[in-house]
Amino acid sequence: MAITIERILALQAAYIRCIDNDALESWPDFFLDECLYKVTTADNEKNGFEAGIIYADTKGMLIDRVAALRKANVYEKQSYRHIVGLPNITSNGAAEAQSETPFLVVRIMHDGQTDIFATGVYRDTYRAAGNDLKIAKRIVVCDSSRIDTLMALPL
Amino acid sequence: MNVNVTSTGAISNAAAPMEWPAGELTRIPFWIYQAPEIYALEQQRVYEGPVWNFLCLEAEVAKPGDYRTTFMGSMPVIVAHDTDDEIYAFENRCAHRGALIALDSGGHARDFTCVYHAWNYDLKGNLKAVAFEDGVNGKGGMGKTFCRSDHGPRKLRIALFSGLVFGSLSDDVPPIEEYLGDEIATRIKRVLHKPVVVTGRFTQMLQNNWKLYFENVKDTYHASLLHTFFTTFRINRLSQKGGMVVSPSGGNHASFSFIDKQNQERDYAAMGIRSDNEDFALKDPSLLDNADEFGDGCHMQILTVFPNFVLQQIQNTLAVRQILPKGQMQTALNWTTFGFADDTPEMKTRRLRQNNLAGPAGYVSMEDGAVGGFVQRGVAAAGGERAVVEMGGSGTANEGTRATEASVRGFWKCYRAHMGV
Ligand code: FES
Ligand SMILES: [Fe+2]
Repeated sequence: MAITIERILALQAAYIRCIDNDALESWPDFFLDECLYKVTTADNEKNGFEAGIIYADTKGMLIDRVAALRKANVYEKQSYRHIVGLPNITSNGAAEAQSETPFLVVRIMHDGQTDIFATGVYRDTYRAAGNDLKIAKRIVVCDSSRIDTLMALPL
Repeated sequence: MNVNVTSTGAISNAAAPMEWPAGELTRIPFWIYQAPEIYALEQQRVYEGPVWNFLCLEAEVAKPGDYRTTFMGSMPVIVAHDTDDEIYAFENRCAHRGALIALDSGGHARDFTCVYHAWNYDLKGNLKAVAFEDGVNGKGGMGKTFCRSDHGPRKLRIALFSGLVFGSLSDDVPPIEEYLGDEIATRIKRVLHKPVVVTGRFTQMLQNNWKLYFENVKDTYHASLLHTFFTTFRINRLSQKGGMVVSPSGGNHASFSFIDKQNQERDYAAMGIRSDNEDFALKDPSLLDNADEFGDGCHMQILTVFPNFVLQQIQNTLAVRQILPKGQMQTALNWTTFGFADDTPEMKTRRLRQNNLAGPAGYVSMEDGAVGGFVQRGVAAAGGERAVVEMGGSGTANEGTRATEASVRGFWKCYRAHMGV
């Protein structure tokens, strides 16, 4: 079964719904056990700088991030609203596909303050196993290098 | 609408009186984080006064022609590596009408030309050419008495220390080693002991006055109370020992913790038992794979230099942070993460993973991006009230404990000396 655009769209829709609905415990399940999730900036990419604001090269590290957000880290109650654009599929085989998808994330604070928190692109690699489509790699490239206050929830 | 103002209930626009008894370091009046006149005074007396401002890493202007733009307080600055192999810095302000000379964050240039009327500067900040200086067809042009060398952006003095570039507008600032103090200088050299490679740059915008962040970095008291990542996941080593040094000026400090080798085995055993508790174990403990790269067992060192510099070693994640005021209520925190030129692939990966500990999303630092804002919002109506900074007494001396606010008091000692408030 080829990785069709419909499958990629369905995964992306489920992914943003998971974060925006505060179902973070399910967020790592979008990824393969061996994966790369990195939040970086266009400027760092351009300069070839490898460090991320968030960097996880196993699903375990994603699970740990959720656990830290739930049990350890202190931040004001907030939520995101992700708006993702259309994926531009850059390669598409039977087992692997790659796409680039623009996103806009609005952050809503508990007191109602609502601001554009981040814009950028998801640079993704998906892998299929039967009916299952998972993210092997998601590089979140933020357009701006400025982050307001802190980045608690993932993008 | 008529407002009756009686002599007994006078209505006045005057802010709470700005009073602060001389020498008082255990009480901090909240107007110091709010008053616009303080912000203006800080530009003159702190940033343009006898201090060394951290500008950038030498590695960021490594080759002749490389430049970076940055700030000294609110003053825009260009740092450039000239063809004579020296590093120069000057105000990023055209001598003509005052426009920015460089409009981007850095790059490579042979010289600079202001976009407005094309006045041209060399990499030292000297005015080299004025467009139409002699006029056109014998008309116009600069006055006869105009001399290019009389005009130019303000030039900074530069001090290089262990790969850090500092700048100052003052002729009275002490030499950098003296400014840092012996112990702080030694602790900078401990980390920056070989060529560095930049691995990332991020700006965190803090919704608070810059001093609240600077105090926060110096405040060892809050570390284990606000940041509970290590304790939640039972990573705190009981055998951890710590201490702190404060420079004679009070403005610079280093706090550090290291493993007590004698008790290490026993504590690791204790940790093993605890990590049986699935709820509080990391799924992927590779984050904690710490290498003792400096060979001294010190796994955490946080160091500050007044008025705008932080050097961070948290395990193997290394960064410098530059603190820049953006108005009285906002601060830009510029993170530059780095490793060393001779890092092995394993060490590179280790640093990438451990970078999760610090930065805007850092497990042990994200709270610091917000807590200054909690104070700024909390004291909104309390300009006449005061903070209490009494943990560990009233002194600013070195302490063998982290349960002290000595280095916060050191900050205020240094700040008050510069500001004359
Ligand atoms: S302002 Fe720079 S040339 Fe006129
Ligand atoms: Fe902190």
